[in-house]
Amino acid sequence: MMRPYRPKDNVQKKSYYTDRFWVAPKIPKIDVKEDEVFASDTKKIKEKFDIKDAYIQRGQLVVEIDPKINKDLLFFLRDELEYDMLMELSAIDYLAQSGEFEIFYQLLSMSKRKRVRVKCRIKENEAIESVNSVFRSADWSEREMYDMFGIVVNNHPYLKRLLMPDDWVGYPLRKTYPLQGDEAAQWYEIDKIFGKEYREVVGPEMRDPAYINENDTNNFARYKHEVPKGAPADSEPIEIDSFNEDAPLVETFDLKKSKFVNRDR
Amino acid sequence: MAQHQVNYAASGGLPVALTTVDKIVNWGRTNSLWALTYGLACCAIEMMATGASRYDFDRFGVIFRASPRQADVMIVAGTLTKKHAEFIRRLYDQMAEPKWVISMGSCANTGGMFNTYATVQGVDRVIPVDLYLPGCAPRPETLQYAVMLLQKKLRKKTIFNRQKPKRLV
Repeated sequence: MMRPYRPKDNVQKKSYYTDRFWVAPKIPKIDVKEDEVFASDTKKIKEKFDIKDAYIQRGQLVVEIDPKINKDLLFFLRDELEYDMLMELSAIDYLAQSGEFEIFYQLLSMSKRKRVRVKCRIKENEAIESVNSVFRSADWSEREMYDMFGIVVNNHPYLKRLLMPDDWVGYPLRKTYPLQGDEAAQWYEIDKIFGKEYREVVGPEMRDPAYINENDTNNFARYKHEVPKGAPADSEPIEIDSFNEDAPLVETFDLKKSKFVNRDR
Repeated sequence: MAQHQVNYAASGGLPVALTTVDKIVNWGRTNSLWALTYGLACCAIEMMATGASRYDFDRFGVIFRASPRQADVMIVAGTLTKKHAEFIRRLYDQMAEPKWVISMGSCANTGGMFNTYATVQGVDRVIPVDLYLPGCAPRPETLQYAVMLLQKKLRKKTIFNRQKPKRLV
């Protein structure tokens, strides 16, 4: 089936156009032999480890490995190949596509001025070995990974939630987690401070601050149908036709009484 | 001892002013509203500016205190996260009565632009609020006006009633 062609040249609206068939461009994978340093590094890695794939993307070496050898490989990269800084460590949720998390370690070599990314994939209920003994900077990153994705890290010195409170339910950075929170998240502060029975007293969260209840005449007055405060919304409106907002306001100030004696439009 | 005794009747009246207890207590309360430093986000910068020399909150008797036990008014300046909600309630409970709350800025009023799982959608879900101050962030003049409005509100109160429990308590 062909879709009708609609020119999308309105720049103002461009960001609102959605194309269901749009596919994100893939970053080209370049062979490791293109770069001397990466070629020799990959050769040295392959001599010791059984890696799945190695290629260059955006000038960085990407090494895909089995999750079991992550610690050994990072030790090797740090000690033998001079990749001495762990810049970043996190995970990506691919549960919907393949039921897996992708965990990546971003390394930097100060002496070679090169960057390496080590990637591995684990299933949802699997755990990964901690690299805290290799790079101390992995400590909080692994805690954040546990906090946000629920990935258990083995042999971590202090595996505890980092950002969310300890009694939080769910893992917020998973794709299945709703942005405005699940039920436990929406009632979190009420449950914790007042107890669950107070949910009815406080009521659900107001997520739309522009929302106006037409029947609530205590807080709102409907334009051109102003009823007395608290009266039913469909009762007889008050006559307000003498008020002219555009007319100049004339005020008379009495100095002796030190107050306005007349205020009229 | 009595060399400088003043003859009140001769010098134009007794040094006595008559007033009501309400008026004199409210005069004292409204002119020394000590605020709890409750800066949570960028509104705190405006709150600090209000306290600093250019805007000079001290003119209104507002002195920022770092302890809830010395504070009369809590100015919630910034985004309240769900993780922190517990502590704002605890600090509010620790304040001695009478106590008041100013909710400063959009985030404290309604959650503001943070329509997410981690933000409390308005501090009035957790503590009772006396005065909502709109703006993102409100300018120091606005915060000063809010305090003046709170003073105006307090002047109408009678001191003989215990502060009525507000919503949520």
